[in-house]
Amino acid sequence: MASALINVPPRAKRGEIIEIKTLISHTMETGFRRTQLGAVIPRDIIRRFVCTYNGTEVFSADLHPAIAANPFIVFSTMAIESGTLVFSWTGDNGFSVTESAAISVE
Amino acid sequence: MAIAVSVAAGEIASSDRRSGYDFMSRETRAMQDDDTANPGMLWVLEGGTLWEKKTGAAGRACADCHGDPRASMKGVAARYPAFDAGKGRPVGLEQRINVCRTDRQEAPALAYESRELLALTALVARQSRGLPIDIAIAARMRPFLAAGRATFHRRQGQLNLACAQCHDDNWGRQLAGNVIPQAHPTGYPLYRLEWQSLGSLQRRLRNCFVGIRAEPYDYGAPELVDLELYLMWRARGMTMDAPAVRP
Amino acid sequence: MDRRTSRRDFLKTAGGVAAGLGLGSVITVVPARATPAEMQEAIRKVVGGARISPGKVKLDLPPLIENGNAVPLTVTVESPMTEAQHVRAVHVFTEKNPQPNVASFHLGPRAGRAKVATRIRLADSQNVIAICELSDGSFWSDSAGIVVTLAACLEDGI
Repeated sequence: MASALINVPPRAKRGEIIEIKTLISHTMETGFRRTQLGAVIPRDIIRRFVCTYNGTEVFSADLHPAIAANPFIVFSTMAIESGTLVFSWTGDNGFSVTESAAISVE
Repeated sequence: MAIAVSVAAGEIASSDRRSGYDFMSRETRAMQDDDTANPGMLWVLEGGTLWEKKTGAAGRACADCHGDPRASMKGVAARYPAFDAGKGRPVGLEQRINVCRTDRQEAPALAYESRELLALTALVARQSRGLPIDIAIAARMRPFLAAGRATFHRRQGQLNLACAQCHDDNWGRQLAGNVIPQAHPTGYPLYRLEWQSLGSLQRRLRNCFVGIRAEPYDYGAPELVDLELYLMWRARGMTMDAPAVRP
Repeated sequence: MDRRTSRRDFLKTAGGVAAGLGLGSVITVVPARATPAEMQEAIRKVVGGARISPGKVKLDLPPLIENGNAVPLTVTVESPMTEAQHVRAVHVFTEKNPQPNVASFHLGPRAGRAKVATRIRLADSQNVIAICELSDGSFWSDSAGIVVTLAACLEDGI
């Protein structure tokens, strides 16, 4: 049951650079930890994060186990037009979460 | 009727009390201060969803009785542990939530440290953020407070240490690379960087017992609830900052 | 660092006792670390044979952190971020984590500003390297050292 917290300004001026903050719940199991009996706990991480703006990819990230649990990513994009920002996280074991946020650009 | 309980020698003077927040690095404080960066808020978000969900044989959601948690739960976490007449002793917030689960929703109790219980506790505790801890000790609470205080001052474990020796006598000093805080539970449940997860005060207390190489009490044990009561009373008047972030 | 070694040794000897008690929980045993040479190899895989010059990208890390599980990191590149002149990507690597790659951030002219922040894990005190790729095909780097400490009362497998 993954929850995601996304912070996007609901309104912006055309051409303004807006900062977007994303936080998603995920243990980001590194694959380097072991149980008390020595068995390796398999890797289970988010591998890719993509942000599209009215369908065009404006930012993406390839993640490795060194990204902290409950991945937090802050990035920028130019507010060029009103529309929808879509955020998707995909990873091991079929992990796939998509969230969206609307933005009004004047 | 609240009975005044005096501060014993060695305990931190009221005006010298400082939150664990003050002992953290600037970066960790920044993580707590920003609700869009604080991982504990993920559990609060989830708690909000669970709050609305009908569950149990009674088919009831928390919202059905309690409405908007921002109004109904305001100040609640700041008063726990609180006396439960049915049990004849104080109970912690997690236990109180489970009483609602079993008695009102007719659903099975949520396991300690389960995602659901942490989410609900985080949601409720968040509604006390910024409020002072408000533990009043009526006569019937006195024996439990005394038991919790005795645990805090008792030498235990292979290292033969009492909580007071680190947290009353040596707070502010370094222990293994980090500063010893005063151990005020103003921010629970909190996101501990060590756990990479949100966790309860009882989880943290069990870590302390392991730290002094003592057998930790089970979750929900009366000894832990009495200790929680003492710690919250010791921090009375201090500002709640749940869900906090700690190293 | 000496203290961390002795704690690992303690856990290895205690592990046998704990296993006998049937405790099914987790201990963290740090495996063989990546070497600076492995990090260079990981960098080569991303950058190819191109030359990497110090400059342009700035890596912000606190000089000391209380816990290596969540270290805030910011990478910034001074760039007009126009179609003609922008940052294509920023890659982050570590010297001593079990694996050298941390993340690759893909930007482009729509970013407006070449600045990304995240939180990473660091297994020990070490150097972290950021490498940015510009639209003209050039590569630039910055590195920062950080000391990672550890709290005293940990879970230790219970």
